Amino acid sequence: MTIKQISVFLENKTGRLNEVTKVLAANGINMLAFCIAEATDFGLMRLIVHEVDKAVEVLRNAGFAVILTDVIAIHCPNRPGALSKILESLAENSIFIEYMYAFAQSERADVIINPNDREKCLRILEEKHADIL
Amino acid sequence: MDNLYFQPEIETMERSSLETLQLKRLKESIGTALRSPFYSTRLGKLGITPDSIRTLGDLRRLPFTTKEDLRSNYPFGLVAVPADRVVRLHSSSGTTGNPTVICHSQHDLECWAGRVARCLYMVGLRNTDVFQNTSGYGMFTGGLGFQYGAELLGALTVPAAAGNTVRQIKFIRDFGTTAIHAIPSYAFRLYEVMREMGISPRTDTRLTTLVIGAEPHTEAQRRKIEEAFGVKAYNSFGMSEMSGPGVAFECPCQNGLHLWEDCYIMEIIDPETLEPLPDGEVGELVLTTLDREAMPLIRYRTRDLTRIIPGECPCGRTHRRIDRIKGRSDDMFIVKGVNIFPMQIEKILMQFRELGTNYLITVDTVNSNDEVMVEVELGDLFTDDYSQLQRLTRDITRQLKDEILVTPKVRLVDRGTLPQETGKAVRVKDLRKNK
Repeated sequence: MTIKQISVFLENKTGRLNEVTKVLAANGINMLAFCIAEATDFGLMRLIVHEVDKAVEVLRNAGFAVILTDVIAIHCPNRPGALSKILESLAENSIFIEYMYAFAQSERADVIINPNDREKCLRILEEKHADIL
Repeated sequence: MDNLYFQPEIETMERSSLETLQLKRLKESIGTALRSPFYSTRLGKLGITPDSIRTLGDLRRLPFTTKEDLRSNYPFGLVAVPADRVVRLHSSSGTTGNPTVICHSQHDLECWAGRVARCLYMVGLRNTDVFQNTSGYGMFTGGLGFQYGAELLGALTVPAAAGNTVRQIKFIRDFGTTAIHAIPSYAFRLYEVMREMGISPRTDTRLTTLVIGAEPHTEAQRRKIEEAFGVKAYNSFGMSEMSGPGVAFECPCQNGLHLWEDCYIMEIIDPETLEPLPDGEVGELVLTTLDREAMPLIRYRTRDLTRIIPGECPCGRTHRRIDRIKGRSDDMFIVKGVNIFPMQIEKILMQFRELGTNYLITVDTVNSNDEVMVEVELGDLFTDDYSQLQRLTRDITRQLKDEILVTPKVRLVDRGTLPQETGKAVRVKDLRKNK
């Protein structure tokens, strides 16, 4: 299974990120995980929320350029070596990871993966009995 | 004693004789123009013949000619002589849709060279001078225009063309260059590179004269160039539709540019009402060619804003002076000597489905170089892939460069951050001090 990730285009301008969080806050939308990638002139904010459709709508209405992407989310035990084991099996099967981000809290971590081959990646994760969301 | 004038009998001609000459040539020009498909229709419909013109004031009864007319009759609709008389054409730089093409006969080229020679002689160039031209050659009229004019004058003329600054400086020193033609921003560039190389233009070169034009600049910038090089810098005005350089030029008094009234009739009009304005008032310059046979232009709207400087010039020339160009009555702007219309940029941007419809062009001077920045709003996001967004920026930049001949800096921005389309959106912000 994959989940929907929202990507938001961010102009490199002070306060632009804050505007995204403000729009989400005003609409009672909580972010479960996010990351920001940036280049010289612009950035991309990638985020995971519960209410995907609502979030997309309010962000678009606020003038943001957004796109939905299917990504893989897994639970990974929050202990040394857990992620390494997963990544190793992906590497062994020539899965290339475009980007990835994670949030750890107490016993487990949520890991978001965008691989080059989503189907294959899911298959391997299943074989390895990874806890896919 | 050295003559002050290249063609004293023309340059200092009594006003009344000059006007008689203008009237005679205007009638001839109209007669010639009527042989072109365009004017035979446009003027023929109104029943205009050379005999309709009895005084110079009668010119005002004729319709204007615009850049649009040139474009929609591209390429040869305004040519008034048989094909065997046309020997050269020049075309405007990167314009929307059809470019404007100007055709020349041998006679036209000779007249043009004569005007340029007259200009250069006026600012002190003689046949012992070495004149280095840093204009682009080819379709740019600043290249061949100055080449033929300076050669006619007898100066050793170096067609160095644009770019390669280190080589330009080597030429300046090796050939003993005494005069340079450059756009103002390039003059500054030359100076900077000379400084980096440890060369002083004052002591290490024989430079005495700079001819600057094709790019708007202020009096303060001219003084800066003069100070930097230790030379006199003279303002040159021309445009490809009027053949090229040599339309108007400063004399040693450096107070306005003498417009050669034996070759052109000038009018200043209010660009809104199209009514003529009196001397001294700023309006749009309208020019009628008087000595061009392959492609005469009647009441051509240059879109350049200037004024006629009232009064006589101490230099003794009777041809009236125009002030330095104050701006444009359309939205064209000039960068590095290249004419750019926002429409050209818009046309390219609209080809990208990933983009929204709002854009803003900012022109600014960065390290004494004019730079164009194009900010364009993204439509909705079309990818989550970083490199694809960067590729989009690169593609836009490349296509814009192909169209406007200047490499812009392209920035993708969020929707709603640029001025909206409603009404007359401001598309160009010119932050240059010299605009």
